[in-house]
Amino acid sequence: MFSYGVLRLLGLSLTLFAASIVVFVVLEVLPGDPAQVMLGISAQEDTLAALREQLGLNAPVLTRYVDWVLGMLQGDFGISYTYNVPVSELIAERAAVSLPLAAIALILSTAIAFPIGIMAARFRGKALDTGIMGLTQVGIALPNFWFAILLVYVFAITLRLLPSGGFPGWDQGVLNGLEALILPAIALALPQAAILARVMRSALIDVMSEDYIRTARAKGLSARVTLWRHGVRNALIPVLTILGLQFSFLVAGTVIIENVFYLPGLGRLIFQAITQRDLITVKSGVMVLVALVVLITFIVDLAYAAVDPRLRRGR
Amino acid sequence: MKVQGTLKALRSLAVGVALVVSASPLALSVAHAKSALSLGIVLEPPHLDPTAGAAAAIDEVTYANVFEGLTRIGPNGEVLPALAKSWEISEDGLTYTFELQDGVTFHDGTPFSAEDVKFSLDRARAEDSTNAQKPLFAAISAVNVADEDTVQVTLSEPVGSFLFNLGWGDAVIVSKESAAGNKTNPIGTGPFKFDRWIKGQEISLDRYEGYWGTPVALEEASFKVIADPNAAFAAMMSGDVDAFPNFPAPETLIQFEADPRFKVAVGSTEGETILAMNNESGPLSNKLVRQAISHAVNKQALIDGAMFGRGTPIGSHFAPHHPAYEDLTGTYTFDPEKAKELLKEAGYAEGFTATLKLPPPQYARRGGELIRSDLQKVGINLEIVPLEWAQWLSEVFREKNYDFTIVSHTEPMDIGIYARDDYYFNYKNPAFDDIITQLNRETDEEKRYALMKQAQEMIAADAVNVFLFQLGKAGVWDANLQGLWVNSPIQANDITGVSWKN
Repeated sequence: MFSYGVLRLLGLSLTLFAASIVVFVVLEVLPGDPAQVMLGISAQEDTLAALREQLGLNAPVLTRYVDWVLGMLQGDFGISYTYNVPVSELIAERAAVSLPLAAIALILSTAIAFPIGIMAARFRGKALDTGIMGLTQVGIALPNFWFAILLVYVFAITLRLLPSGGFPGWDQGVLNGLEALILPAIALALPQAAILARVMRSALIDVMSEDYIRTARAKGLSARVTLWRHGVRNALIPVLTILGLQFSFLVAGTVIIENVFYLPGLGRLIFQAITQRDLITVKSGVMVLVALVVLITFIVDLAYAAVDPRLRRGR
Repeated sequence: MKVQGTLKALRSLAVGVALVVSASPLALSVAHAKSALSLGIVLEPPHLDPTAGAAAAIDEVTYANVFEGLTRIGPNGEVLPALAKSWEISEDGLTYTFELQDGVTFHDGTPFSAEDVKFSLDRARAEDSTNAQKPLFAAISAVNVADEDTVQVTLSEPVGSFLFNLGWGDAVIVSKESAAGNKTNPIGTGPFKFDRWIKGQEISLDRYEGYWGTPVALEEASFKVIADPNAAFAAMMSGDVDAFPNFPAPETLIQFEADPRFKVAVGSTEGETILAMNNESGPLSNKLVRQAISHAVNKQALIDGAMFGRGTPIGSHFAPHHPAYEDLTGTYTFDPEKAKELLKEAGYAEGFTATLKLPPPQYARRGGELIRSDLQKVGINLEIVPLEWAQWLSEVFREKNYDFTIVSHTEPMDIGIYARDDYYFNYKNPAFDDIITQLNRETDEEKRYALMKQAQEMIAADAVNVFLFQLGKAGVWDANLQGLWVNSPIQANDITGVSWKN
């Protein structure tokens, strides 16, 4: 288990290092001058030069790369060109929205997907299965932003039960914060749940046709106990993989939903920073997301090992 | 056993979710106190220091509300006194003596005096200044403190629009003590003081009780950043936002117009929207070709098709609501046949191929398609290249690597850009430069207006660009709100006069 973990960690550090180079190089070749974007079309040449100097854009490429990486290793993510505050602060503020939102969405989607996926597998080929599969088909086909707009129309405009968007900040009360995240979380969760339920179902069906399931039944276990003890547990590996991917997506890839609900999340921070050429925020923000995804992958890897003892000894 | 455990966990999870969902409506009863305003803005300002950035969003929050200058620009584009209560201009137009208001304090309590004026103007024109509108201060040769309440500004040459220039957001007065921190904690002399900023979400202001002038009616105001047109619509409809002065979803305005809860106000802006042409690029260096193109573009169809009818036709680079405006819309009527003739005369009977580089705004992206089809009919084939702003600024604006582009010039009174050397249109006409030089020197209003008319006529005759339309502005707000600006002579949301009825 220990060496399995160490090997994984080493691989992950290399991934991060490679990612830092890619991120840096991509932003180097990105056209557009941050100083010009900030000062607009009336700015004079000397004003632009003064700002470039202030932003430290005149240093050689290698120096800037090394400074950036060394800074990040010490927890210094740089100062945002546009907002003029530490990038780490910006990311922390946004993560306070994105992470809880992702977590709620993931809990919702798991809470929906597991029961119906298992149910569908158990009643495979029956009307219930067909019905659930039909529904998940619709769930996958639904564009989540469209669904989000629909939710806003129903719950915010017509019923006036929930806010149409925005996030008041956790300091205005946890309940107010959660309230603002309910609709976005549902909009994010349903399509994910549909995918997850299908994966759960097919994984479980595969497992249930294995020999050891027949053995388990043969030694006298009831269908229910066999399903839960031997079936679901073994079906969890593909499901965990999808869960890990979904969490990464929910943290970093929700910019569209953030736009519909005008939530101040990580996706919008980076999207805005790109258009404003706030390069340091983009660089450091993307690196944090890469690190997060890498970390999630690592946790999923560990979870495999927890679910499947063979992996602990294997590699 | 395990089965039971898992099921139990799932069940309690479901209960938990249900609790959260059902508990939420209770927390929702945040009724609007009638002294608070929540106002939607499309773009979030990068920071809140109007003296250090070009983003219009900075002024949209701070102008007149948080920061004040010596003069200010009023709802119809007029110059009004602000921190300067009066002024005198010397005969030669070179010395301005400003008498300052009494009892003014900054939001941190520091008293305001002539020293602050000197500090602010000197800071804006200093060598290491990062003021985006530094040319506004270029003519200042000295700022002298005569006494605590009097400032004398000396110019090296007369500047006809100097008082107007001092009314820009970029010319506001800041305090030496707090200037460095204004980006994140703006401290001005205005009737509202900065409260807090949830990045990506909203900026809140509170009434400043120590304000020197007429107290404002609102106690607090929050500026909510909502970029998505659908979200803006939903926020207005659900009452989460009271006003959206620059509403981003023009296609939904009919719904608001039909709803008595809302008021829709359509006004004008300083945005001359043009099909800019690179006057040095191939066929476009030929005036006949540019005139042909001006005839080939159906401007009214553009306003109707790309702007939902919200826009005013213009015939030159000048705002129709300005007193010196001259109606030149008849110079190039929509006439494809005439266009073909002119192209033939210029030697391009077979037409030509060129690029049309488009920045992100809708007027450009939607308008670009229409213009391409218009020009195709006279034999000019355009390849559309969509760009983001940063790319547009470097490729089109700085490197002048383009044939056509569409952009709205939103600075007030900016016809002078046609006299700039090396500006991206590449327009060179010494006669025009002369007019602008004279205009800059002239302080007599009548003579200034005459010069402005000449300038309008000249660039129209030269067909420097195709002058498409004056960008319209549609605002939506609660019918019980009063005092919001209908027009946008500068890009600002001045809420100092806003109040709720009864």
